[in-house]
Amino acid sequence: MRIRAFAAVLAATAALPCAAMAADLEVTHWWTSGGEAAAVKELATAFDATGNKWVDGAIAGSGSTARPIMISRITGGDPMGATQFNHGRQAEELVMSGLMRDLNDVAEKGKWKDIIKPASLLASCTYEGKIYCAPVNIHSWQWLWLSNAAFEKAGVPVPKDWNEFVAAGPKLREAGLQPLAVGGSAFQVNGLFDTLVIALGGTELYNKVYKDKDEETAAGPEMAKIFAAADDARKLAKGSNVQDWNQATNLVITGKAGGQIMGDWAQGEFQQAGQVAGKDYTCLPGLGLNQTLTTGGDAIYFPILKDEAKSKAQEVLAETIVDPKVQVAFNLKKGSVPIRSDVDLAAANDCMKKGIEIISKGSTATSTDQLVSADTQKQKEDLMSEFFANASITPKQAQERFASIIGSAD
Amino acid sequence: MANVSTLNATGAAIDAVRTEIAAGPRGKKPKKVLSRRNIMIYGILGLAALYYLLPLYVMVVTSLKGMPEVRLGNIFSPPMEITFEPWVKAWAEACTGLNCDGLSRGFWNSVRILVPSVIVSIAVASVSGYALANWRFKGSELFFSVLIIGAFIPYQVMIYPLVIILREIGIYGSLTGLVIVHTIFGMPILTLLFRNYFAGLPEELFKAARIDGAGFWQIYGRIMLPMSLPIFVVAIIIQVTGIWNDFLFGVVFTRPDTYPMTVQLNNIVNSVQGVKEYNVNMAATLLTGAVPLIVYFVSGRLFVRGIAAGAVKG
Amino acid sequence: MSRTVPSATPSRPLPKSSGRPNQLFRNLNSKIALTPMILVAAVVFFGGTIWTVIYSFTNSRLLPRASFVGFDQYERLWASSRWIISIQNLLIYGILSLIFSLVVGFVLAALMDQKIRFESAFRTIFLYPFALSFIVTGLVWQWILNPEFGVQGIVRSLGWTSFTFDPLYNPDIVIYGILIAGLWQGTGLVMCLMLAGLRGIDEDIWKAARVDGIPMWRTYLFVVIPMMRPVFITTLVLIGSGIVKLYDLVVAQTSGGPGNASEVPAKYVYDYMFQAQNLGQGFAASTMMLLTVAIIIIPWAYLEFGGKKRG
Repeated sequence: MRIRAFAAVLAATAALPCAAMAADLEVTHWWTSGGEAAAVKELATAFDATGNKWVDGAIAGSGSTARPIMISRITGGDPMGATQFNHGRQAEELVMSGLMRDLNDVAEKGKWKDIIKPASLLASCTYEGKIYCAPVNIHSWQWLWLSNAAFEKAGVPVPKDWNEFVAAGPKLREAGLQPLAVGGSAFQVNGLFDTLVIALGGTELYNKVYKDKDEETAAGPEMAKIFAAADDARKLAKGSNVQDWNQATNLVITGKAGGQIMGDWAQGEFQQAGQVAGKDYTCLPGLGLNQTLTTGGDAIYFPILKDEAKSKAQEVLAETIVDPKVQVAFNLKKGSVPIRSDVDLAAANDCMKKGIEIISKGSTATSTDQLVSADTQKQKEDLMSEFFANASITPKQAQERFASIIGSAD
Repeated sequence: MANVSTLNATGAAIDAVRTEIAAGPRGKKPKKVLSRRNIMIYGILGLAALYYLLPLYVMVVTSLKGMPEVRLGNIFSPPMEITFEPWVKAWAEACTGLNCDGLSRGFWNSVRILVPSVIVSIAVASVSGYALANWRFKGSELFFSVLIIGAFIPYQVMIYPLVIILREIGIYGSLTGLVIVHTIFGMPILTLLFRNYFAGLPEELFKAARIDGAGFWQIYGRIMLPMSLPIFVVAIIIQVTGIWNDFLFGVVFTRPDTYPMTVQLNNIVNSVQGVKEYNVNMAATLLTGAVPLIVYFVSGRLFVRGIAAGAVKG
Repeated sequence: MSRTVPSATPSRPLPKSSGRPNQLFRNLNSKIALTPMILVAAVVFFGGTIWTVIYSFTNSRLLPRASFVGFDQYERLWASSRWIISIQNLLIYGILSLIFSLVVGFVLAALMDQKIRFESAFRTIFLYPFALSFIVTGLVWQWILNPEFGVQGIVRSLGWTSFTFDPLYNPDIVIYGILIAGLWQGTGLVMCLMLAGLRGIDEDIWKAARVDGIPMWRTYLFVVIPMMRPVFITTLVLIGSGIVKLYDLVVAQTSGGPGNASEVPAKYVYDYMFQAQNLGQGFAASTMMLLTVAIIIIPWAYLEFGGKKRG
C-alpha cells in the first residue's frame, strides 16, 4: 500500500508540468548523416527552447526502411508525435484515412500561404482544403557537377552546359577518364532522366508529361529528343562501375570522371573533401540550359494524438519549423534551401546561392515525387535502370514503354 | 507423477553417454604431423578460411584508415597510418539524429531484447520439437506442415497482419510483444531442427525411459536435453545471430528509448543523403558483430559428440 | 556391421492407447506443449497468409483497403519484365546455392570432424560471416568484386592485364557474383548443422566400418549421409527458406543491377510494398512465391509426416 501511495504522489508531481501544457514529443525522421544530424539538432534545440522536449527517433534509409516502420506505428495505434515524409504523396493515404491532424490554425496564424515559397510546397500538404504538413526544406535535382581537373587533363575547357559536356565526352574518354559518373541504383538514373526532361525539353514539356500525364506528349517527338539525349547519357555513363551515388560523386571529386548529374545534396561530398566551388569543381544548375529547379524536399506530418498536451506541442513544433531563424540554421547545416524567401543566407556557398537565386526568382517546377504516385515513380525507375544498363533497348522502345507508364499513371 | 528413483536405469545410461561426450570428435588419432592426410585436411581448411577471411581483412584495414585514405580506393592495402578514430566514433560518437553516443546507446537494449527472446524461443521450439518427435497425436503433423511453409514467408509481408494482431491483444510496443514476435519467426526452423534431431536419437533410450515410468517432462529434462547439446548450440547460434542483428522488428515493435543497437548501426551505415564514412561503417559492423562472434567461439565447448548408442545397448 | 542402420524415416511409435480411455486427454502433456506451435501456425502463418492472399485481390496502395479488383494485380505482375527476370534469377541462384551450400557445408564439417587442431578457430572463421550485418558486408563484396579496385585491379596490376573479373557489372553473370557472397555468408551455418549431425552419429558405426575395411568416403556416402537424413532435411528447409527470402544481399551488392539483371522476387515484393506503396502488387507477388513454395512442400510434407504411420 505504501508503494502505491508513493506512486500516486509521484504521478501527481509528474502531472504538474502538464498543467503548463509542455510535453515530450517523439519525432521520427531519416536525417541521419553528419550534416543532416547537425541540422536536426538545430530544429530540436529550437523546439526544446519552447519548454517542450524533442524525443528523437531517427531511422536511416528513407524508402524501404523508415517508411514501413512509421506507417506500422501510425496504423498500429501507437503513433509518434510527428514524422518526416518527403514532399509529395507519400502520406496521402494516411491523411485520407483520418490518421493525421490538420494544421489549419497554425498555418493561418503564421500566414503560411503568404510566406511559404514556392506555393507548390503548401499545395502538396493540402488535402480537401486543409493543410496537413509543415514543409521543412527544398532540395532540387537539376545539377550537373563537373570536375575541373578532369577537363584540364582532357585538354578541353570546362563545359558551360549539357551540350558542351556531351561534345567533350570523346575527349574525356581519350584521356582515359569516365565522362559521366552514374551509380547503379535505380533512383539515380530516374532522377537523371527527369532532369534531362526539364533541362532540355523545358518546363512546359515537363509539366505536360508529369503533371497532365499526357500519353500523347510522352510518345511524341519532343520526348523522343529527350530519349536521344538519354541515349547519349547512357553512352557517356558506360563504364562507371560504382553503386552508390556518393561513390559516383567521388569519381568526380578525384578527377576520374568528368561529371555527374545529381541533386544539390552532392555538394556536401565536395565540401567534405575540402573542394572549393569554381576552383576545383563547377556546378551547373539546370544543366546550364533551362534555369529551373524542381522543389522536392522534406515535410513534417503530425498524427492525431489523444493527449491534449502533446497535441498542443505538435502545434508548437509546426510553428518552430517555419520560424525564419530555424529555417536558416537548419538549411545551412543540411545544405538545402529554406522554404521561405524572406530569410538571409549570406553564409551559403556559391552553388547554394545560385540555387537560392533561381528559386527566389520563381523559376521552379513541382518535383516528380509530388506529381506522380510512388507506384508510377517505381515503374519509371525500373524502366530507366533497365534502359541505362542494357544497350540493346533502343530509345524508341524505351519511349513506348515510358508512354504507357505515363498513360496509366496516377 | 513418475517416481524419480525409477529413472535410475536411464540415469545410468545417460552417465555412460556423458563419459562418451568427453571423448570428443570422431576420427583416427592424429599420427604424424605432416602426413599426406593432414596436409590435405589443413590445406583445404586453410584455403577455405582464406575465402572467408578476405572480406574481414578488408573491413579491418578499412576501419583503421582515415577517410582521405579510404577515398584513394585501395581496399587491400594496409593503412599507412593506423587510426582508431573510426572505432571510437562508431562506439561512442556517431550521431543518430540528435543522440551522438554511437552504438553504445543501444547495446544494453539489445541485450535486454536478446536474452529473453533467445531463451523463450528455444524453450518453446525445443519442447515443440520433442513433442512432435516423440509424442505425436492426430493432427500435430498438419500444423507442423503449415509451420514449415511459414518458414518461407518473407517477414516483411507479415508485418501489417502482425501489427494488427499485437494491437488487438494489447501488447503492441512492449518488450513482451517483441519477444513473442521473435519466438514466432524463430519457430519454424527451430522446431524442425529439434524435431528432426530428437527423431534421430536412438529409440531404445526413449523406450527404456517409458518402461521406467518417466513422463513427458521427465524424459525431456533428463534424457533429451542432456543428449542434444550440439543441436542446442546450433539453435543458439541461429537465434543469437538472428535476434541480435534484427533491425526491422526491433524498431517496428518497440519505442525509441528501447531501440536495439542495430537501429544505430543502420543509421550509421544506411544514410541516404550526405557523406558516407566507410571506415566508421566497417568499425560499427565489426563492433555489432562481436557479440554473436563471442557466442560462436564460446559455445564451441558444447559442440561435442552428443550421443553414443553404445551406452544404450549397454 | 554390428548394427543395422536405422530406418531413414524419423518416425516414432505413437504411444499406444493402452488402457487409457479418453481420447482428448491422451497425450495431454504433449498437447499442452504444442499449444504455442498450433496457435502460431494457425493464427499467424495460416491466418496471415490468408489475409495476404485476400488483399492481393485489392488495389491497396499504402494501407490495406478492401476494394477488390479481381486479378488485375496478377496480370500486371506477369506482364512485368522485372518479375520474369526475378524468377529466372531465383531459379539459377536457388539451384546453385542449394548444391554448393550442401556440398561445401558437408565437406567442411567432415574435415572439421577429423580430430583436427584449432577446431574452434576454424569453426568461428567459417561462421563469422553469418554474424555480420549484410548491409556492410555486401558493400565489402561490392568492393572486392569491383573491377577498378577489387580483385581484377590487383591481378591486372600484377601484370596480367587482360584478366577480367567483373561479375557485378556484367548483366550476364551478375547473379554468380551474388552467389559468391551468398555462399560466403551461408555455408558456415550449414557446416555447423552438419557438424552437429555428424556428432550425433553413433561411434560404433565408424568402428564397425573400420573393422570391415570400408574406405572412409564410402562410409560417409553410403552409411553416414543416409543416417543424417533428418539433418539434411532441416538444412534443406533452412537453405531453401533463405533462398526464397534472398533480399539484403542483392540490395547491398547491386541493388538489383546492372539494370534489373540481378532482381529477385523478394526484392520485388518489398520494393512494391514499401517504395512503390502498392501493397496489392506486393501481396500478389508474395502470393505467387508462396504458391510455388506450397506446391513443392505440401506433397513432400505429406510423404514425410502424414503418409505413413509406423511402429
